[in-house]
Formats: sequence, C-alpha cells, structure tokens
Amino acid sequence: MNRGRFRTQVTSLALVAPLLLFLIVFFALPLFTMMKSAVSDPIAANVLPATASALSGWDRESPPSAALQAAFVTDLKQIEDDQLFGDLVRRLNSAKSGFRTLMPKTRTAAKEAGEPLDLVALDKRWADNGYWQVIGVAASSTITDRNLLAALDLGRDASGEVAALPTGASANRAILLRTFSMALAVTVACVLIGLPFAMIAASVEGWKRQLLLGAVLLPLWTSLLVRTAAWFILLQDNGLINSTLMFLGLTTEPLALIFNRVGVIIAMTHVLLPFMVLPVFSVLAGIPKNLMPAAASLGAHPVQAFLTVLLPLSLRGVISGSLLVFMSALGYYITPALIGGAKDQMISSVIAYYATGAANWGMAGALGLVLLTATLLLYVVYLRLSAERELRP
Amino acid sequence: MNVLRWCKIVFGAAAVFFLLAPLVAILPLAFTDSVFLNYPVPGYSTRWFEELLTAEVWRRSIVNSLIIGCGTTVLATVLGTVGALGLRGTRLSPVFAFIKTIFLLPMVVPAVVLGVGMQLMFARYGLANSYLGVIIAHTVVGVPFVVVNVLTVLQGSDRRLEQAAASLGAAPHVVFRKITLPLALPGIVSGAVFAFATSLDEVVLTLFVAGPNQRTLARQMFSTIRENISPAIAAAAFVFIVGTMLIAIVFKLSMKAAQRRQEQA
Repeated sequence: MNRGRFRTQVTSLALVAPLLLFLIVFFALPLFTMMKSAVSDPIAANVLPATASALSGWDRESPPSAALQAAFVTDLKQIEDDQLFGDLVRRLNSAKSGFRTLMPKTRTAAKEAGEPLDLVALDKRWADNGYWQVIGVAASSTITDRNLLAALDLGRDASGEVAALPTGASANRAILLRTFSMALAVTVACVLIGLPFAMIAASVEGWKRQLLLGAVLLPLWTSLLVRTAAWFILLQDNGLINSTLMFLGLTTEPLALIFNRVGVIIAMTHVLLPFMVLPVFSVLAGIPKNLMPAAASLGAHPVQAFLTVLLPLSLRGVISGSLLVFMSALGYYITPALIGGAKDQMISSVIAYYATGAANWGMAGALGLVLLTATLLLYVVYLRLSAERELRP
Repeated sequence: MNVLRWCKIVFGAAAVFFLLAPLVAILPLAFTDSVFLNYPVPGYSTRWFEELLTAEVWRRSIVNSLIIGCGTTVLATVLGTVGALGLRGTRLSPVFAFIKTIFLLPMVVPAVVLGVGMQLMFARYGLANSYLGVIIAHTVVGVPFVVVNVLTVLQGSDRRLEQAAASLGAAPHVVFRKITLPLALPGIVSGAVFAFATSLDEVVLTLFVAGPNQRTLARQMFSTIRENISPAIAAAAFVFIVGTMLIAIVFKLSMKAAQRRQEQA
C-alpha cells in the first residue's frame, strides 16, 4: 500500500469514527442490552448465594439434603429488601405456581425461628421435589433460555427437556403467525395495486407520469401519524366511507371497518404502497421502450407479450418491493395499535406490552430478538438482490 | 386495445384516489365547529387551531417537538455529514462497505425493538426522561437519511475539483471550506430536512424514552387518537400536511437556486 493511499484511508477512518462510535453506543449497545435481558436471569443466584453453592452436592432427583435446606433458610433470613424478595417470588412463581404463597410464609417462619427450621413440617409442599428443582434451576445459573423458549410457546419440563407449553398458557406462536399472515396480506395487496400502477406510470409520459408518481410521493412524505389519523377518521362507523355507502343505499348499517383486520390491512397497504411502486417503477423505467412493440411485431399477442416479456422483467422490482414491504410490515406498531382491535395486534404491540405494561423485560427481549432476527434476515436477502442488480451493466 | 386503455385510466384514477383521498378528506375537518369528526361539516370555525395553540398539552408538545427536532437536526447533520465524507470514493474496501451498512441499519431495525433496548439502557445511564435522551434516540433513526443524501451528492461530484485546488496550493482546510462543503451543501440541506421530518414524526422511540415532560406533538397525537379523538387531531394533521408541502416547495426552490449558482460558477 503506498503512502498516499494509506493517508486517505486514515483520514477516512478518522471521519467515520464519530458516527461509528455514536451508533455503537446508542444503537448497537441498546440492541445488545435488549438481547441480554432476554437471556439474563440473575435474581435467584444473587439473592440465594448459599443455596446456589449448596446445589452442587444435589443430584436433583433425590430429596434435597438437610444442608441444602438449611442454606435456603439462611438465605431467606438475610433478605432485607422486600422488593428484591418480590422479584424472586415472581421469578420462581413464573416457573411453578404455588411459590407466591409458599415463599412469604416460609420467609416469615425463617425470620422467627431460631433453631433449624423443618420446612416440610411448615408446609408439605416442600416435600414436593418439583419446587426444589425450580429453585435449583433458577439459582444455579445467571442466564436462562426460558424466555426464548417461551417466545415460541416452548418450555422445559421437570426433567429439563424442551417441551411445548400447555395450550392456553402462551399465545406467542399464534401472535407470530398472525404477524406473518398480516404482513403477507399487506404485501399481496401492495403487489396487486402497486405492480399495475407502476406499469401504468412507466407506460405514460409527461404530466400523467408526474401525477402518478406525485400521488405516490406525497403520502410518502406525509407523516405516518397523519395518514393513520386520516384512516381512523375515514373508517369510523360514522366516517366518510360508511356515510357515503349509506347515502348511496349500498348498505343500511355501517360496515365494521375500524378496530378489525380489514381496517388495519387497508391503512397499512396505503402506508406501504410507495415502497412497492418505487422499486418496480425504477426497474420498468430502465426497460427499453421498443421491447413490447418488438414482441408484437414478431407476432406475440399483447397478453402473451405481457406475460413473457414485461412481467418477468418487472419481477426483480416486485421481489425487492415485496421484501421492503414485508420487512416494514413485520415491525409495525402505530397503525395496528390505533386502527386494529385486540385481535389484530402484531408482535410489536406484544413487545411494547411486555416492556411498558408488564415490566417483563425478559419476554420483551426474547420476542424482540425474534422480530430483529426475522427483519435482519430479510434485509440481508434484500441487500443481496440489490447488490446483484448494481453489478449488472 | 381500447378496453386496455380504459382499464389503465380507471385503475390509475382509482389508485391515485386511494393514495390521495385520505389526505384530502382530513383537511376540511380541521375547520369544523363541532366536537365530532363527521361529514357533513356542520359549520366552520378555527376553534381547533385555537385549541392547538392555547391548550397547555398541545402548546407544550409543539414546543417540545421544535426543541427536539432542532437538536436532532443539528446532531444528525453534523455526525452524518462527517461520516459521509469518510465514506466517499467510488470503490469501498470491505471494511468501509461494512461501516456503510452499519450507518444505514437504524432505518431497518424495528422501532419497538430499538425502543425496548434504549429504555433499558437509558434508564441505567440517566438518559431516560430527558431531552438529551430523546434527541439521541431521534438522531439514531434520523442520521441514515443524512448519510444517504450527502453521499449521493458527493458521489455525483467531481473529485478532481478538490485535487486541482490542492495542487494549486490550497491547504486542506481551505479545500474543505471552499470546495468540498459547497459541493456537498445540497445533500447536507436535504439530509437536515429529512432528519427534522423524521424527528417530528417519531412516535415509537419517544414512547419508550421520553417522560411526560418531553411529550412531542406526534406522541400527543398518538395518545389523543388512542384515548379520546377530537378535531384537534385534524387541525394538527392540517399543520403537518401544509408544513410538509411548504418544506417540499422551499426545498425544491433552494435546490434550483443551488443548481443555478453552480452553473454560474
């Protein structure tokens, strides 16, 4: 490497450094924190240190030794912070219900009792090995896979094997499926409207093309919130669409358009349509104008020419556009939150609920990780496709 | 063939209607004198614009949006422009291609995912519920637009201009100030406009990072639609739509002026 080139490289590196540093701290680090919260589970190991060290001598199958029980009582005695204790109970109870009553009772007894406490005499649930196994799993490690498993409706049974959670205990798989199907519906709707629209825009010139492209760009520039608000107002029971339909006598009662799936799909299609039209248009605009007449002059029927010439050529744009639309739709929050009902919430709403409503950072992180992975995979495919296009002449 | 032509016209008109009608339909409702968002509008007044300017929550949120929007614009424009200057050149080595991908990644990552992470991290470092925290969050999602815009302009400009200036004895900082910066200016301006618009429209990160004191206009609109929709929403939307058009027009004009200047020079 010669000296001048080396100097340019150093200058370039110095120039990109501030933004790179900024994004590492305020973009990569938050994502990393979120992922860490999905797998971190330090509470039991921190609050029950003596139990954690006594666990090594226990095979998890036989009843816990007296030493382990004594260590557990010692740990309970020295918990002063009620909030910490509450966190511990929540953690244990989420793995096996019963801890919510068992733990406070045992803690009170442990604080009062001077001599070694007989746990089984205090509550016969302590004779159940299942409770001890939960404590064993929670205290032995500061990381866990239970949030990630729960994000897919899976969990570990008593023997530690991965198994499906009982039906009704968790709806995450259903929500993931719903998110994918809604994103797919929006993508299909965008293809059905966007592909012919882009073809028409590419086939005309002058003010007609300006009008068609302007109609796509103006909504793109307009605030997402404004567009969602507009659809909210239009789709209401006494909104413009329903009152027009009733005025025309097409329906006597207002159609249910808001707080259901139909409304969300309509509004999201409107919001994401530009991302379909623009890539398809840019591909079509690059196709030589004389291709279709050439096909016709060779005797191809217009339909045949369309199917064998224009459609395959525009396919690349359709795939890019579909990936963009699908990828954005997966992570949508605002439109379903405002226009959808409880049964139309997508994965983002569930993540937001876990984070702000339930303060369950583990589950928020795990579902966030699922969404992030899906989005990034799609983005890599998209990048591959557009890189291929750039390489072509 | 005539059938096809008619199909094209009908479909094109229907699609344009679908795209533009919602934006047009909301405008007259901003001037309603009733408390409902219904057509036909019973009477016209400006009471909802007055509400926007006088009601404490709305006024506060507009001020907050301006503070946060300006802060974001400055931070994103400076960071993004400097970063884009480092990325220019037609052939990027793999390292720089990777850095460019990182610079654009905030556009792709779902906002809710980023929001959860920011809420967790900002709480730890005392940035939660602060103006600085919201500005930083908005800058993360706004900066890719600056990078893209500046990079596009720089890649279209002739690097030999700078080489010529340097060979004529101009010091590097003079070359930068007199040649590079004016060349990049249209990209910097459009990047700044995009960054401001992004900040103005941002809701999701604001939900996670901002406290009640940093409630922005978009955030306030979001909760108004969710909890208790009123024509103030239509008035706010009116301001947004007209603002967008004004910015677009000013932007187009300044671009044209810049082009003319460059042609004259």
